[in-house]
Amino acid sequence: MSSADSLATPTWRGDLDDRVSKYLGRSQRSLKLVRGRETVIYVILIASGLFSLLITGAIIYVLAIETVSFFKSDEVTFANFFGSTTWNPLLGGTKSFGIWALICGTMLVTAIAMSIALPLGLITAIYLSEYAPRRVRNVLKPVLEVLAGVPTVVYGFFALMTITPILQWLHGGFSVYNAASAGIAVGILCLPTVCSLAEDALQAVPRGLREGAYGLGATRFDVSVKVVVPAALSGIISAFLLAIARAVGETMIVALAAGSLAQATFDPRQQVQTMTGFMVQMASGDVSNYGTEYYSMYAVAFTLFIMTLALTMVGNIVRRRFREAYE
Amino acid sequence: MNLREQTKMQSPAEFDSDSKGPLASIQLLSGEPRRKLDARFRGLCVTIAAVSVLVLIGLLGSILLQGVPSLSLTLLTGGPEPDPSEAGIRPAIFGTLWVCSLCALFTLPIGVATAILLEEYQPRNRYGRFIYSVIQLNISNLAGVPSVVYGLLGLTAFVSMFGLFGSRTSQGGGLEIGVRYYDQFFSEGMRSILVPVSDPSQPVNKLVNGMQGFDSRGNQVAINVIPIGTPLPTGDELRYTLYEDGEAGRITKKAWYHFSLPLGRGVLTGALTLMLVILPVIIISSQEALRAVPSSLRDGALGLGSTPWQVVWHVTLPSAMPGILTGAILAMSRAIGETAPILIIAGIVYISRAPQNLMDDFTVMPLQIFNWISRPQEEFHAIAAAGIILLLAILLSFNALAVLIRQKLHKPLS
Repeated sequence: MSSADSLATPTWRGDLDDRVSKYLGRSQRSLKLVRGRETVIYVILIASGLFSLLITGAIIYVLAIETVSFFKSDEVTFANFFGSTTWNPLLGGTKSFGIWALICGTMLVTAIAMSIALPLGLITAIYLSEYAPRRVRNVLKPVLEVLAGVPTVVYGFFALMTITPILQWLHGGFSVYNAASAGIAVGILCLPTVCSLAEDALQAVPRGLREGAYGLGATRFDVSVKVVVPAALSGIISAFLLAIARAVGETMIVALAAGSLAQATFDPRQQVQTMTGFMVQMASGDVSNYGTEYYSMYAVAFTLFIMTLALTMVGNIVRRRFREAYE
Repeated sequence: MNLREQTKMQSPAEFDSDSKGPLASIQLLSGEPRRKLDARFRGLCVTIAAVSVLVLIGLLGSILLQGVPSLSLTLLTGGPEPDPSEAGIRPAIFGTLWVCSLCALFTLPIGVATAILLEEYQPRNRYGRFIYSVIQLNISNLAGVPSVVYGLLGLTAFVSMFGLFGSRTSQGGGLEIGVRYYDQFFSEGMRSILVPVSDPSQPVNKLVNGMQGFDSRGNQVAINVIPIGTPLPTGDELRYTLYEDGEAGRITKKAWYHFSLPLGRGVLTGALTLMLVILPVIIISSQEALRAVPSSLRDGALGLGSTPWQVVWHVTLPSAMPGILTGAILAMSRAIGETAPILIIAGIVYISRAPQNLMDDFTVMPLQIFNWISRPQEEFHAIAAAGIILLLAILLSFNALAVLIRQKLHKPLS
């Protein structure tokens, strides 16, 4: 009931207010004030809640209108954008906007990163959740937290200055900028993400399942791999998807270590350019604010946004929908 | 004699041949292979855990190795000079300070308010529940959007504001307050004279005899314009004397409260863009902190006749404060290390001083480090490593602060 109603018509509630205010020796105004304040605060809270929806709306709106102006340009065709593997948006020669060159680079770096982060992250999570004694946990958890808190530009430096020389020492074919070193650094970056999300999922499996398995004579390995991991599978898959989304959107590492030559290759020794890497190249060079190449940045960002949004959305839905309820 | 030795003594085959009873069909398998597998897996786990520790040691070690020789006071006090031995990170430190404190100022109220709405105010009907679930899903999706995309959003929504207010150039344009334009002349006595400009879109003022201007001390003076070829006066008058062909340059003076629309590539834009990046993080961590408050506390306060907001303000928020603060500090340390969105909105520019107002150009520490890494010279890489040590020191002290708050202020509530 709103305060205005109760004051205009002397219902039982208005009467009660009167009696309460007389009893407390306060005026009707103070009660009205309290109700008014509650309403104002509620409206403010709702407004801030809707603000997050506004952000999503703004992202989609901005990316959509700028992408439309990109496709309106004479130099761009749909067939070229979705059908070509040549990405050559800057001056010199014929311009070509084949997004597959950038997607291919992104895929290569992501695949290398995930081949490191997913198995290592999952095994570390199983170890932390099922095996590790308290002493080891107390060392390993902070190590992972620190790894997760290191800024990505630091990983970029590490990839360029440490991983690349090591790779070049191991095998002569690696160029200074290469997909492998960027992928390894992104993998290290994603490892704590996979590990902490997967560990949360493993911890959520009730003790009863483990104890039942131990009672049947299972070893720790049996319990972990045959009972706990299948029970937490939805959480683990969700952790994997979120980590992939993170790797696809990772920017500074690939900008520093992967190179700036967009090419459709699956050779990890070559330099590649990812979607994010291209955006950084555009932002750090001086390109005019209105050319086709400027708008191409938004078209690439839109592609990236749709890819990561799909991954995170599926990840979040998997975690919620397909969670096995035990209680 | 334990079970393992028994199974070793009598192999499964012997069991099978001996037993004739009703349980003859049951095969007894040795547990040995499974135990071996378990031990091997444990070994694998320990190896991998050791690898992640080694990676961290390698990461920190290689940076210390390259950075420590370049750590010096110059790094703290200098600007981004082209000479590596004089280069420093001072303007970037101030930029980070400005951007991140503004960002915290914007993000904390909105983030905590959203968390309070979702956790403390239950939806009243079906539509309310629907909207709540949409907001919740939306927040977890926003947390997964790459930060570089937020940079592009900031570029259109804040830097140029969809072109709604025109574009800002050195000649003005857009809406602005707290800025004055001057034409600067140099008199024959080599003194600078500033002539106020009323409309900055007009070309530079023509010289008129008796025109009013300001000297370098801020005193108003009348300018004495003389034809070319006339002999120069002597004495004090020379200071305010110009030939009629004197040339001027347009300069601006900005007050500390200078504000303009569109926002441009200033500090405020950086803070707003970072706000978008860390808002989902703060909302999610605040929600977790609020969820950890036992509901008996809320019920007690409601039973005493508190209004919903009184429950939140006097009971729930104070109990959840350590958790909210911890989450906020961790989110801020993420904001400090965030490079990509700032790079998109600010670009790589030469900034030699700390920002003076909300619209001033800026750079932040990770961006300056990125700039140094992408230079070809080895010396700059060493300075970048030194800058990284500084950045990591700041971030680690933030993390330590968060751990401290979690331990000192956290008392069990239930």
